[in-house]
Amino acid sequence: MEYFLELFFSGLTRGSIYALIALGYTMVYGIIELINFAHGEIYMIGAFVGLVVAGILTSFGFPAASIIVLASIAAIIYAAAYGYTIEKIAYRPLRGAPRLSPLISAIGMSIFLQNYVMLSQTSDFLSFPNLIPEFNFLGKYESMVGSSDFVIIVVAAVVMVALNLFIKFTRMGKAMRATAQNRKMAMLVGINVDQVISATFVIGSALAAVGGVLIASHIGQINFFIGFIAGIKAFTAAVLGGIGSVPGAMLGGLILGWTESFCTGYVSSDYEDVFAFALLVLILIFRPSGLLGKAPIQKV
Amino acid sequence: MKRSLLVLMVAAMMTIGSFGSASAGKIVLGVPGAHSGDLASYGLPTVEAAKLVVKSINESGGVNGEQVVLSLQDDQCKPEFATNAAMKLLSDQVNVVLGHICSGPTKAALPIYKESNLVCMSPSATSPSLTLSGDYPNFFRTIASDDAQGALAAMFAIEKLGLKKPAIIHDKGDYGKGFAEYTMKYIKEKGVEPVLFEGVTPGAVDYSAVVQKIKASGADGVIFGGYHPEASKVVSQMRKKKMTIPFLSDDGVKAQTFIDIAGDAAEGVYATGPQDITGNPMYKVSLKQYKDSHYGAEPGAFYFEAYSAALALLKAIEYAKSTDYDKIVEALRTNEVETPVGKIKFDAKGDAIGVGFSVYQVKNGEYVEVK
Repeated sequence: MEYFLELFFSGLTRGSIYALIALGYTMVYGIIELINFAHGEIYMIGAFVGLVVAGILTSFGFPAASIIVLASIAAIIYAAAYGYTIEKIAYRPLRGAPRLSPLISAIGMSIFLQNYVMLSQTSDFLSFPNLIPEFNFLGKYESMVGSSDFVIIVVAAVVMVALNLFIKFTRMGKAMRATAQNRKMAMLVGINVDQVISATFVIGSALAAVGGVLIASHIGQINFFIGFIAGIKAFTAAVLGGIGSVPGAMLGGLILGWTESFCTGYVSSDYEDVFAFALLVLILIFRPSGLLGKAPIQKV
Repeated sequence: MKRSLLVLMVAAMMTIGSFGSASAGKIVLGVPGAHSGDLASYGLPTVEAAKLVVKSINESGGVNGEQVVLSLQDDQCKPEFATNAAMKLLSDQVNVVLGHICSGPTKAALPIYKESNLVCMSPSATSPSLTLSGDYPNFFRTIASDDAQGALAAMFAIEKLGLKKPAIIHDKGDYGKGFAEYTMKYIKEKGVEPVLFEGVTPGAVDYSAVVQKIKASGADGVIFGGYHPEASKVVSQMRKKKMTIPFLSDDGVKAQTFIDIAGDAAEGVYATGPQDITGNPMYKVSLKQYKDSHYGAEPGAFYFEAYSAALALLKAIEYAKSTDYDKIVEALRTNEVETPVGKIKFDAKGDAIGVGFSVYQVKNGEYVEVK
């Protein structure tokens, strides 16, 4: 039973990270039906900014708890700026173009950002400081949920609740839902669609940056390529839950995390990806729109 | 004019041709290998090493009073040329063979030498099966085979660390999985059953599930095959979960970058890595010899292994006082020779004892050899 719980929480940690990144995919898809393949790179850039800021703050002797908060805020701002800019230069000019064009533009953006970070930073792995202070509140069950697992799970949960509230109750959230339902009609009733789309990119990028800083601090290393695999997994989670659906991205992330974790624990980590993607195929066979994906009425 | 040029060329060709053939001396050292073609840079340093060893041995009176001559044969590292080269060596009546360079040609030529009772020693063929299969009792080598690391890791894990229930983890790659499989084989030979043998996905977001599994398996040590990014992730997540069991890995991890990335978690990690030979007296002698005769240039690939092999072969003849196959083999197995790669003799399978890998441990942020 203890082993089961350990794997459960291990999957929960991993799934929370997937979910944080998957939200960006699903929101962007919900609004403009574009799969933003550069999203994994935003996560990677967030982690790099976190590393730089944490390094500077550490050299000035800031306390650990303030470093993670300030590094996360810096990463959020920086990644949000990147998300905003990418949308402006790579997707907005192609908004009226056939659906394939922005998709290719996204892939190009992804490759560009990877190479940009590789050249400007380094292609080596870099050590990421452990920003989450060690604390032990579970006594002998500490090995189930370590301090960084706990922080990741809690932050992800808080962020998701906040995002749901934001979409449900704020003006911008309503505008986003309206745009997702029908962009032309939204425009006709006076919603600034460009502004809504920019906001979507900014929010999605900020969430990915939080995920980037948290996971980098959790595993202790980053390089320019981490966004690729994390991006693929998060995209899978988004599709699993039903792309375009915010609760779907969360559910998809958690299910993917648990699948991988339990498969590693009870079968073999050799087959981790095999099971994860077999699950995806199965769900798409029986529910082509994903677990929570419905007819395109409520996409955000 | 044209005819004299032709005569000159023919004369020149004949000089080169006669250089390789053995007529004057009594002991003939055959040197087959890649002397031309795209892999010549692997084969030519062996020729240089053989020439230098033979020169210094001849100057000091030869082997058992007989002068040594070389017979060079090019196989371009191609198995189909290797059999030709071997036949030519036989017709030159070589006494011992220094070569071949690549594993493939070596495998192709070995049956020919075996039939003619010739000892063959390679400075560079690392394929484990050459010695492990037991098909070629006439084959020896002065380089560690690819499985030697696994054998060393297994020996160290069981005899020095005293592991009873090791967990073996790898990165599913050719190199990492190969190391893990060889290590597992040797661990099983020693009567210890690994509790876990599993691959992790390189680049995965998180390895905590695997770490939980290691923990649940009750392993008393982890042996990891792969490179430093995955190794550092696994070891730091283990340390985060307060698992203090030993962590042993391969030369893909024996690098400063591993310590830089893993940080505090790297402390105490063991890794096998190539032995440091620069302290050997013969290393310095052979390096100086090469530089003196090559205007200060650095020797190429496998030069020291080839130098050691040439020395080992000729010293074995000297020790056996005969060029008889059985006596040479006996001498190679019993007589220790001081060579650039260390003081070596050969085990029953033909691998040099005392060559190859050492175990290192991270202490205060750097790798220190474990004695």
